[in-house]
Amino acid sequence: MSSDDFKVTDDSDEDLPKHGLKGPSPDERPHPEGRRNSQGIRIDPEAEAEHEPRRAVISALVEDDPGVLSRVSGLFSRRQFNIESLTVGPTTVENHSRITLVVEEPEPGIDQVEKQLAKLKPVIAVGELDADAVRTELVLLKVEGDEPDKVHAVTEMYDGQTLDAGPKTITVQLTGDEQEIDDAIDAFRQFGIIEIARTGYTALARGNQATVPGEKPGTADEPTRPTNAQ
Amino acid sequence: MSKQEQPPSATEEEADEERAIGPVTTGSESVIRALENAGVEAAFGVQGGAIMPVYDALYHSDIRHITMAHEQGAAHAADAFSVVRNEPGVCLATSGPGATNLVTGIADANMDSDGLVALTGQVPADMVGSDAFQETDTTGVTAPITKHNYFADDPDSVGDTVGEAIALADEGRPGPTLVDLPKDVTLGETDAEPGPATPPETTQPQYVADEADVREAADAIEAAERPLLLFGGGVIKADATDEARSFAREYEIPVVTTMPGIGSFPEDDDLCLSWAGMHGTGYANMAITHTDLLIAVGTRFDDRLTGGIDTFAPEAEVIHIDIDPAEISKNVHADYPLIGDAGIVLDQLDDAIGRAPEAESWREQCLTWQDEYPMDYATPDDEPLKPQFVVEVLDEATADDTIVTTGVGQHQMWAAQYWTFSEPRTWVSSHGLGTMGYGLPAAVGARIAADDDQQVVCIDGDGSFLMTIQALSVAVREDLDITVAVLNNEYIGMVRQWQDAFFEGRRMAAEYNWCPEFDMLAEAFGARGFRVDDYDEVADTVEKALSYDGPSVIDFHIDPAENVYPMVPSGGANGKFALTEDQL
Ligand SMILES: Cc1ncc(C[n+]2csc(CCOP(=O)(O)OP(=O)(O)O)c2C)c(N)n1
Repeated sequence: MSSDDFKVTDDSDEDLPKHGLKGPSPDERPHPEGRRNSQGIRIDPEAEAEHEPRRAVISALVEDDPGVLSRVSGLFSRRQFNIESLTVGPTTVENHSRITLVVEEPEPGIDQVEKQLAKLKPVIAVGELDADAVRTELVLLKVEGDEPDKVHAVTEMYDGQTLDAGPKTITVQLTGDEQEIDDAIDAFRQFGIIEIARTGYTALARGNQATVPGEKPGTADEPTRPTNAQ
Repeated sequence: MSKQEQPPSATEEEADEERAIGPVTTGSESVIRALENAGVEAAFGVQGGAIMPVYDALYHSDIRHITMAHEQGAAHAADAFSVVRNEPGVCLATSGPGATNLVTGIADANMDSDGLVALTGQVPADMVGSDAFQETDTTGVTAPITKHNYFADDPDSVGDTVGEAIALADEGRPGPTLVDLPKDVTLGETDAEPGPATPPETTQPQYVADEADVREAADAIEAAERPLLLFGGGVIKADATDEARSFAREYEIPVVTTMPGIGSFPEDDDLCLSWAGMHGTGYANMAITHTDLLIAVGTRFDDRLTGGIDTFAPEAEVIHIDIDPAEISKNVHADYPLIGDAGIVLDQLDDAIGRAPEAESWREQCLTWQDEYPMDYATPDDEPLKPQFVVEVLDEATADDTIVTTGVGQHQMWAAQYWTFSEPRTWVSSHGLGTMGYGLPAAVGARIAADDDQQVVCIDGDGSFLMTIQALSVAVREDLDITVAVLNNEYIGMVRQWQDAFFEGRRMAAEYNWCPEFDMLAEAFGARGFRVDDYDEVADTVEKALSYDGPSVIDFHIDPAENVYPMVPSGGANGKFALTEDQL
């Protein structure tokens, strides 16, 4: 039996309808004017409204379950969220850690990041930090040690610390917001940068605000009530 | 060893007594006790080294164990069990290959939000990471396809972990969970009796929607001119079909369903436009295209439903009711998000709505589309047997509450199109993952879950049937009354349809004309086998197969050229469905 026996394009039984279905063909049917953008939002056909990506700092309080970090990072790769950095460390509550994430996504993407994170079982609470949040990044820079005095001066200028100075290399530590770090790195380039290790942002909400919903500043050791149920 | 082969000293009574009064002494017993506490009645699985301690503890339990021929089948059977019963199904597998064989079934359950608990054996904890015999990083492999998974590392807590896994699988939006059980933990001594199955504190869903949001949505419904209800699988999972039906009828709003939502609303009801999407009815897709208010309940707006997002319900505001906040505006932006349980939120809406929308002419328009694009097919006498006809005969020959399972392909679409479903949990199919081979093991699971007098029919394709045909041995061994109707076109037909439409007819690797004789193969397995080539044999053979008290297989040799229409080309506009190949 060859595939030719079943050619659906065979015209031999032209008089038979191929299918009993009828009605106007696709192009003859009325079609509405409205439409949606790629984020599923209904828009005016004239005014194409797409959200521009923006950077968001997201804090997640998590239980120290085994594999929690791989669950979080796995979520990002499998859902193709654009992740810039991720830091993680313990909190004042035993078995709780805080993960600070920087993502670059359009608004609906940031919303999804938060909601999908909240769905993970070890995640206690998630929140995006306001623009005024306290945030900082740490970087270690190893530069050529030929001009120690100049290196020292630049380090001072950026409020850095020298951690290691040898005849060949000097390693300094800097903290600050992303822009400051970028500027500092530029300034160190003149000496010849050998290695860099950057942590990405870690952050807390300013003042008396909770960093993630449900967190009570000033009551250390008190576990946060889970809020991922919304 | 089956129960019949128990050593003579251990009578059933003694076994019962031992179970009833015996305290937990090992991790395995604690695992089984947790299953019993949660009311688990059946489990599907395959034995093996690392899971043997758990099976040993199962020996004295009343839980019915169905030994499957392949772990993929165990997961599908447990999945189907959960669809029919609306409670998590349980499957067991050993470490390594046993666990990896479950993967397809777990992924399938994950996509369809079916409650499933997988218990997998693991090498002893101190050997984990050493590439020991039959070791696989099971929690690593299954992390992306489970709601959550657990590595149980302590005999004292393993029972509670299993209880939590069961509760979590069932809670809110259901889904699969997995507990990996290292052999030293299941063999380990413990006297810790597991408590009742409780979900983790961090995952409590919100059941009742925000009242202010409900108010706004209610106003939108009152004002709508062309309202349309879209019922997804979530309506069935939330056990909300009563609320959904009375809501639609009270406000006389036409209903379309998604494919997983089939059975949420009776397809023979005047308000029902059947299911929408790639192969959905023309009238459902026309209604979606022209509605001004889409009231979507328990759906995740899969792309097989929406087609291209830019053309989906282009004029509609969207009310989206879902228990999972992450589904809101994931694919289609919700103008009125209502997070909560489908039944509760529909009741809330019902309380909030003052008057029904005035949509008389819209309802008439929907009826016109039903006349314009009826579901029909050509059945000239001299043509080879049409699959749609077979489905219709099967439907007529069976009761309304008959459960239909399917494989994946054209046959699945014909089953969904030409069977008239009226009850929830009677349509058991692989939607999100589209897993060929789902049908037969699903029929096994559905049969175990179903009422004794409920019929179970598997509508399969020749390709899909071959993928898990070994499950027939299970049906025979367990003497399960299942009727398998293979719509045999000697093709992997859906692929051939796409090749003809989109690859200029190059039918690369789509021919299955080396298909075995399925009727004879059925007999070789110990089932009844039938073969049908002509229209006039259909009704008779269906009757014979259905009345046979055990598994039977009918090999229907159908028109190999038949294709599935209507069709919305992938990414196309729902309203531009093609009725023939020329329109693609
Ligand atoms: C496990 C798996 N492999 C491959 C596919 C891709 N696929 C989708 S439909 C189809 C053809 C199915 O053939 P058959 O079961 O004979 O059903 P028919 O379309 O002929 O009714 C294939 C290969 C799939 N869905 N699942």
